[in-house]
Amino acid sequence: MRAPAGGVRGTPPGSPGGSGLQAELGLTLGRLELEVELAVATGELVVLLGPNGAGKTTLLRALAGLVVLDHGRVVLDGEVLDDTGAGTHVATERRPIGFVFQDYLLFPHLSALENVAFGLRARGLARAEARRRAAVWLERFGVAEHAGSRPRALSGGQAQRVALARAMVSDPLLLLLDEPLAALDAASRIEVRRDLRRHLASFDGTRLLVTHDPLEAIALADRLVVLEGGRITQTGSPDQVSARPRSRYVAELVGVNLFRGRATGTVVELDGGGTLVAAGDHHGEVFAAVHPHAVALHRRAPEGTPRNVWAGTADTLDIAGDRVRVRVTGPVAIVAEVTPAAAGELHLADGGPVWASVKATEVTVYPA
Amino acid sequence: MFAVPAAVAVGFLAVPLVGLLGRTPWGSLGAELATPRVMEALRLSLVCSLGAVAVSVLLGVPLAFLLARVEFPGRNLVRALTTLPMVLPPVVGGVALLLAFGRRGVVGQWLDRALGITLPFTTAGAILAEAFVAMPFLVITTEAGLRAMDRRFEDAAATLGAGRWTTLRRVTLPLIAPSLGAGIALCWARALGEFGATITFAGNLPGVTQTMPLAVYLALETDLEAAIALSLVLLAISLAVLIALRDRWFPTA
Repeated sequence: MRAPAGGVRGTPPGSPGGSGLQAELGLTLGRLELEVELAVATGELVVLLGPNGAGKTTLLRALAGLVVLDHGRVVLDGEVLDDTGAGTHVATERRPIGFVFQDYLLFPHLSALENVAFGLRARGLARAEARRRAAVWLERFGVAEHAGSRPRALSGGQAQRVALARAMVSDPLLLLLDEPLAALDAASRIEVRRDLRRHLASFDGTRLLVTHDPLEAIALADRLVVLEGGRITQTGSPDQVSARPRSRYVAELVGVNLFRGRATGTVVELDGGGTLVAAGDHHGEVFAAVHPHAVALHRRAPEGTPRNVWAGTADTLDIAGDRVRVRVTGPVAIVAEVTPAAAGELHLADGGPVWASVKATEVTVYPA
Repeated sequence: MFAVPAAVAVGFLAVPLVGLLGRTPWGSLGAELATPRVMEALRLSLVCSLGAVAVSVLLGVPLAFLLARVEFPGRNLVRALTTLPMVLPPVVGGVALLLAFGRRGVVGQWLDRALGITLPFTTAGAILAEAFVAMPFLVITTEAGLRAMDRRFEDAAATLGAGRWTTLRRVTLPLIAPSLGAGIALCWARALGEFGATITFAGNLPGVTQTMPLAVYLALETDLEAAIALSLVLLAISLAVLIALRDRWFPTA
């Protein structure tokens, strides 16, 4: 299911009140003030993306009932799990959830099989039946031959599959995953991510995954929810979010120049000073996004059509793939991306004054 | 520079043990240990020390949980109080126990009158004296284990549907088992060697309160060979505890 563009709220279209997750909660924990309204439809995989300390893990823990809410209401498939107004709080062990922790937290004193059987045993299943079902899940996730192994003897990828099996074995309605790839080294991450994608696809409940890795987010998400400083700043499909970032954090993740300002017709007065001219008409508070490759650099004042031209100073240079990224300071600070050949021709490595230009058609303006 | 004093220190610690081994009547050791008096002391020592361990586990483990997990006013004071018997001269402990649980004691008076229970100069009294001295070792070691444990394992258990008791039984206790085991071993070793508090509070009655250390002390006057045989048993047990805990205390060895 894909969500509409833009809005700050995490509610997908047409999600009926009775199914999926609806959460509206607030809590303070140390310096973190979490204030979130979020809905995830059944069958949907929402990825919660945000910088470290944004409150992503705390939000998952709150949904699991491991952190007490200051105020709010959490409803899962029609069942109220938390309602501070009515004094309702369902204990973690009674919630129909599966939780995959960041470093998996497989019980070190139990074998892989016993780890997976643990939840079934705790929910009252007889030992033999619990072990039989756990074995089926290990088989399904391709780790049957490690059933007798202690977690210490498993590789990162194997441990992740055991953790996933352990969380899914008792058919939860909501699956919460906290940075499921963070514990892996870069080499195994790509393969495990593909695995994870496949295994998550086999789960038809509600899924919420936390990450700070944009690649992981884009690879896995039906819908992205961006959490910064305890607030949701943006939600939408990966395409929508990367095309129209609504915060500096997202803009930097996707590598776009993002400005905020006030539009009057085609002219946007930027909050940081300077103006940008766009192609279409807009009014009021807006974001203006400019892709770095749309910024042209010149050593002399350019002639011709570009509507946005200003003089600045070439500052720092970075290599990004086969392009050179140049930070230009001036009335409008902007990052330009040019070919190494152009960088050489313009002697950008020496710094000094440059002219930057952007065509009006390359300025994307959308309401703030 | 340090070699000479260090060598003296080693010699100082080792010579008495060598002396003990040298004087051991190896040929008649079996016969010495089989005498009724020695057997009685051995049996009583086992009963009392295991009883003290049981009391310590039943009371000390919950106390360790409280100290490690619950924030309450005066927690440091309680911890200091718990640790006190480790540094208190055991004789003083015995006197204090007598004043508290003796027939005229604050609690003892009431126990005597209301329940007809007398503790001093009974086997139960010996168990009490040993537990008083040995329990701190269990509490301290268990508390340290609980503090070192990653509590998120308990969170993981809760998300898997485990209530408090299931989590305690299947996650927390197994995870702190090494600490708990070490605590029990230390507690038992301390209880087994207890002398001062026991003789002060429970006396030295053969078959009732005369445990091995007390028997050794008494036998020293009358039957040196028996004293040596009993000492050797205590030494062997100490060595066994040391070896069992070596990974914990000397991780590099």
